[in-house]
Amino acid sequence: MSAYEFVDHSYDVVVVGAGGAGLRATFGLANSGLSVACVTKVFPTRSHTVAAQGGISAALGNMGQDDWRWHMYDTVKGSDWLGDQDAIEFMCKEAPAAILELEHYGLPFSRTEEGKIYQRPFGGMTTQYGTGPAAQRTCAAADRTGHAMLHTLYQQALKHEAQFFIEYFAVDLIMENGECRGVIAIDMSTGTIHRFRAHMVVLATGGYGRAYFSCTSAHTCTGDGGGMVLRAGLPMQDMEFVQFHPTGIYGSGCLITEGARGEGGILRNSKGEAFMERYAPSAKNLASRDVVSRAMTIEIREGRGVGAESDHIFLHLEHLGAKVLHEKLPGISETAKIFAGVDVTKQPIPVLPTVHYNMGGIPTNIHGEVVTLRDGNPDSVVPGLMAVGEAACVSVHGANRLGSNSLLDLVIFGREAARHCAEVVKPGKRHKPLAADAGDLAISRIDRYRNAKGGLKTSQVRLNMQRVMQNHAAVFRTGDSLQEGVEKLDKVIGSFSDVSVSDRGLVWNTDLIETLELDNLLGQAAATINSALNRKESRGAHAREDFPNRDDANWMKHTLSWVNAQGKVSIDTRPVHMYTLTDDVEVVPPKARVY
Amino acid sequence: MAQFSLPANSVVNPNGNVHKAPSGAKDVRSFRIYRFDPESKDKPRIDTYEVDMGSCGPMVLDALIKIKNEVDPSLTFRRSCREGICGSCAMNIDGVNTLACTKASAEIKGTVKIYPLPHMPVIKDLVPDLTNFYAQYASVKPWLQTRTPAPPDQERLQSKQDQEKIDRPSACILCACCSTSCPSYWWNSDKYLGPAALLAAYRWIIDTRDEATGERLDELEDPFRLYRCHTIMNCAEACPKDLNPARAIAEIKRKIAERKQ
Repeated sequence: MSAYEFVDHSYDVVVVGAGGAGLRATFGLANSGLSVACVTKVFPTRSHTVAAQGGISAALGNMGQDDWRWHMYDTVKGSDWLGDQDAIEFMCKEAPAAILELEHYGLPFSRTEEGKIYQRPFGGMTTQYGTGPAAQRTCAAADRTGHAMLHTLYQQALKHEAQFFIEYFAVDLIMENGECRGVIAIDMSTGTIHRFRAHMVVLATGGYGRAYFSCTSAHTCTGDGGGMVLRAGLPMQDMEFVQFHPTGIYGSGCLITEGARGEGGILRNSKGEAFMERYAPSAKNLASRDVVSRAMTIEIREGRGVGAESDHIFLHLEHLGAKVLHEKLPGISETAKIFAGVDVTKQPIPVLPTVHYNMGGIPTNIHGEVVTLRDGNPDSVVPGLMAVGEAACVSVHGANRLGSNSLLDLVIFGREAARHCAEVVKPGKRHKPLAADAGDLAISRIDRYRNAKGGLKTSQVRLNMQRVMQNHAAVFRTGDSLQEGVEKLDKVIGSFSDVSVSDRGLVWNTDLIETLELDNLLGQAAATINSALNRKESRGAHAREDFPNRDDANWMKHTLSWVNAQGKVSIDTRPVHMYTLTDDVEVVPPKARVY
Repeated sequence: MAQFSLPANSVVNPNGNVHKAPSGAKDVRSFRIYRFDPESKDKPRIDTYEVDMGSCGPMVLDALIKIKNEVDPSLTFRRSCREGICGSCAMNIDGVNTLACTKASAEIKGTVKIYPLPHMPVIKDLVPDLTNFYAQYASVKPWLQTRTPAPPDQERLQSKQDQEKIDRPSACILCACCSTSCPSYWWNSDKYLGPAALLAAYRWIIDTRDEATGERLDELEDPFRLYRCHTIMNCAEACPKDLNPARAIAEIKRKIAERKQ
């Protein structure tokens, strides 16, 4: 081990990741007088928040009556009653102020005739507790809202002179007696290893979409925070809930925003039928994503898919007219042209349900503090560790996230994490010395992979994992297929000990980085497929054909999954918070979920 | 007699390693790719990879990933979103700065030649050092500056027409294709801000919500920072998002001229 030396840093707080949640936390912290460093493996504006298109939800009521309580109702229903209602109340109530704050930072929102923030309809967003017409709640900057938001947040971080460590790859947490003391990262430009001490580490590392073969997620969505948490012996939560977005472009998987249907786009099968009318008579094309993805899958299965192989569906936008397409959906018009060769003013876009978002993640309370089940306490806080954004599971999305609630999740909980840190961390507080073995886990993994001389390329192991996940943990699942998937994935994980890394350099060794990323993905793939096998009901995005109904009596609970070094998964549960934070709103009691 | 010494690593060995296509490949394309390993003593070189396009996705990035996955895991490049919005995979392809993820290999005739963005320090292979580029972006204070407090519980109003003015300029993805295609920037990147940073400056100058227009123009009124733009227009040509930094720069010059009258 002596070949490696640490470069040491000390901060009050270290944020890992510079997407929407990480940046919001970072400049909130910088503004609060705490010393903060943001460690990120990509330059901040490359983070995957940049790819969010449709918008960010908030009951501003700019385009019709709205109420944050209706937003809360829709979110609880969207979550199929697996979301924690205290957290959902918090998010929906804080949403309008958080969006206005973004506008005040200069975010270039599209506008209404009165000059207010433009809002569009989105899936599952209704009025009057589901009894009224569709809500126009999703605040948009054309169809590149994530881009507008991420750049605005980075600009605020510049304004606040936040300290960044860019193109530093976080490898492992420094844990001591159950407490997080910091994080180890590699500076990709030199290969040097950095040890960041912090009183609080905030993980904002995003989702792990790349565990699947076909996803809308960026190549960098490898769940690095989740991987670190699992190796620290902590659990992940609700990993069986993987959102398939109804409209990934057939072939490339690139995203076509739900806003396309919000603006009036229609899904049609090979007979030209607008089939969503049969599956969701009132919401139709704007039903929740899980509902639409299942409907599309059934249409294809029953032989009504389009194309030579009858294996996809058409999204029609032609009837919206060139003006609306140009003004409201310019980005997807371009994307459809480039990746499907389609002129959206004349032709439909070939689409397919595509892995898009992880509802599951690192379990936290509403302040972003990481929690675990310890001595019978399901809300036991892990000292020194927080998680926000897609990396976390608060849980505001439960079993299925509503479109435009993820950008909201990022700013609300990024902001709350910063606020909470300012409350509990004293600026400039002295750091205890680290244990002699602090960082050994990271060093041993870096050393092992950098010198790995096995028979399998990283890309081969990754592809094998992605195929198993794609085939066995898909839109519809059965016990037999999941069991087979668990066994196949065990073999893939076993084969990882035979990996080879051929780049032996220190500078920008992406062969090594991709291997470390794959390690992170494998643990979360195992958590996902084992949690899916364990949950014997259908709820939200988890559709078991052998257990087609929701079973509140036995399964209204969060899954916790621990993964050991051999990839073996153990499972327990946490209760769903069926209570609100304040008396401002009533609990939404469970009922059948119909759109 | 005058003597010139070339900068380190400016001579490239054109005959690097050649990786033949697998036997049985039907639709073979050659990719000639710039390689530089800072940890070896060797000069930069051009490696040739023969790729079976029958089992490769349509974009240049697909080919790069296929090479990295199947042939040479040491090939190094940045990439993330693969749909033209994150700006990571900007590089020089077939002589033009663009994004590898949205550039179809089929659009290129013959051998596909891939180099890092021109005139930037190379860290490794296709990864340039963008530190100066990012610092220039930060130097234009790319955030909303106001003196009047924001209205409580409400957005700052902005008409649709006024929003349209910032809509395109704010769509920049900071890929650096424009700045690194600009001969003025090649010569004076230490002093000239370049098209990307100036487009960012313009985006705030014309934002009706911003109240620091005068200061922003003051900052730019400089023979180098702004006026090294000689309307060569390579920036507008190169932009993979069809933005027009050259026009933005011309508008800034016009605004400075107008306030002198």
